Amino acid sequence: MKGWLRADGRKGIRNTVVVAYLVECAHFVASRIVEGFPEDDVQLIGFPGCFPNEYAARMMERLCTHPNVGAVLFVSLGCESFDKVRASDAVSASGRPVRTLVIQKAGGTKSTVALGRDWVRDALGRVAGVEQVDMDPSELIVGTVCGGSDGTSGISGNPAAGKAFDLLVQAGAACIFEETGELIGCQHIMAERAVTPELGRLLIESVEKAERYYATLGYGSFAAGNAAGGLSTIEEKSLGAYVKSGDSPISGILKPGDVPPRGGLYLMDVVPDGEVRFGFPNISDNAEIVEMIASGAHLTLFVTGRGSVVGSAISPVIKICANPDTYRALADDMDVNAGDIIEGHRSIEEVGTEIRDLVLAVASGRQTRSEELGHREFILTYKTFEPIGPACLPA
Amino acid sequence: MSPFLLLNPADNVLVARASAPEGTPVALEGGEVTLARLIPLAHKIARHDIAEGARVLKYGMPIGIATRAIAAGEHVHVHNIRSAYTATHALQDADGTGALVSQ
Repeated sequence: MKGWLRADGRKGIRNTVVVAYLVECAHFVASRIVEGFPEDDVQLIGFPGCFPNEYAARMMERLCTHPNVGAVLFVSLGCESFDKVRASDAVSASGRPVRTLVIQKAGGTKSTVALGRDWVRDALGRVAGVEQVDMDPSELIVGTVCGGSDGTSGISGNPAAGKAFDLLVQAGAACIFEETGELIGCQHIMAERAVTPELGRLLIESVEKAERYYATLGYGSFAAGNAAGGLSTIEEKSLGAYVKSGDSPISGILKPGDVPPRGGLYLMDVVPDGEVRFGFPNISDNAEIVEMIASGAHLTLFVTGRGSVVGSAISPVIKICANPDTYRALADDMDVNAGDIIEGHRSIEEVGTEIRDLVLAVASGRQTRSEELGHREFILTYKTFEPIGPACLPA
Repeated sequence: MSPFLLLNPADNVLVARASAPEGTPVALEGGEVTLARLIPLAHKIARHDIAEGARVLKYGMPIGIATRAIAAGEHVHVHNIRSAYTATHALQDADGTGALVSQ
């Protein structure tokens, strides 16, 4: 396994040139720049809002200095509130090529697209020269999310992902699971796995925060399709989702953008702090995936029952299909058929081992199904977080 | 292979490992029952009679509260259990047969 070595010592499993728009008004121009490179690893990300937000600023910095990213082009309209100088300085300090184009100063759409494509062409040559060095599985950060869950998710896909997490944690990797809103009802059994009693208390608090937040919003983290797929309540969905964490001790709590300090299993607290603002915590599955990537995930395991086709910008997504009927319907989009467990063809251990092996293969360059199909979904919205305290990451 | 899975010995529901048509005979501890409706893959039936107000257990853990008495073999879902936390949001296809209708 080889990784692209970055100046901060981290290693990437991809070597992407990112084009990032800093307000929706620059989205089209940024996407036109990316469209000039259909055969190259040039990807679009961005933030749509015109109002300032510390979370979004930090997320953008983390994403643009992710080890899978080699160079960054920011595209600004010019008058938005996003602090483009701070963002550019962060990327520059990380040793990566960076450029900011301001549409209002660059002559509008046509000339900004032309300037952007010239810069990206040059950047592709520069990132091609980045050194590839040996990389160990213990250097990997792997996230897991579930989406389009149904009653099969908690029986096949999520336990198999949990088994893969156990194997990866044993190999020294850092693994992150999430969605505290989908752990409602599991907080006390989860707390027993914390490496310190104080961390256990904080795990319970993080889920109770999610419960309050969703209660204010009037909906749980539960879509109509979850019910059609046989899930009746949020706690039933939660118990199924919880098993994707596996059996390892829980080493810490992260918030989006916090990078695990060492190997082990971590919970990501995705629900904002303070009073309820800005709406639902993660408005769709890709918002969760983007937060995993901001915390350094080289790739993400995505368990689905109803069926999802998404991938992601920056980091590959491995899709694990829990439902055998869905697998047959959407096989081209799925990397792993965990539906075999439901039908009695394979055990949780066998599918978990396949997932672990696939993680290592994808980290070594193999394309996932969503990468082959060109999926590069991305979404970033408004949130507010307080920094984590020292008890969240016991030594 | 039984069409229904018992996930934990403490559970009072069973989970369909494949879609089970109306009229399917199912052997339960209390005797054989006949399914009164189609039970789609991964939906639940009552393992035995569940009283109104009783906790519904799956994975050995509570997943909700029965909103009315549920007979052994009956579909256990949003129409007869509720969350102890936040209300469930469901559409017309919550019984799991909407996809079959649209085909």
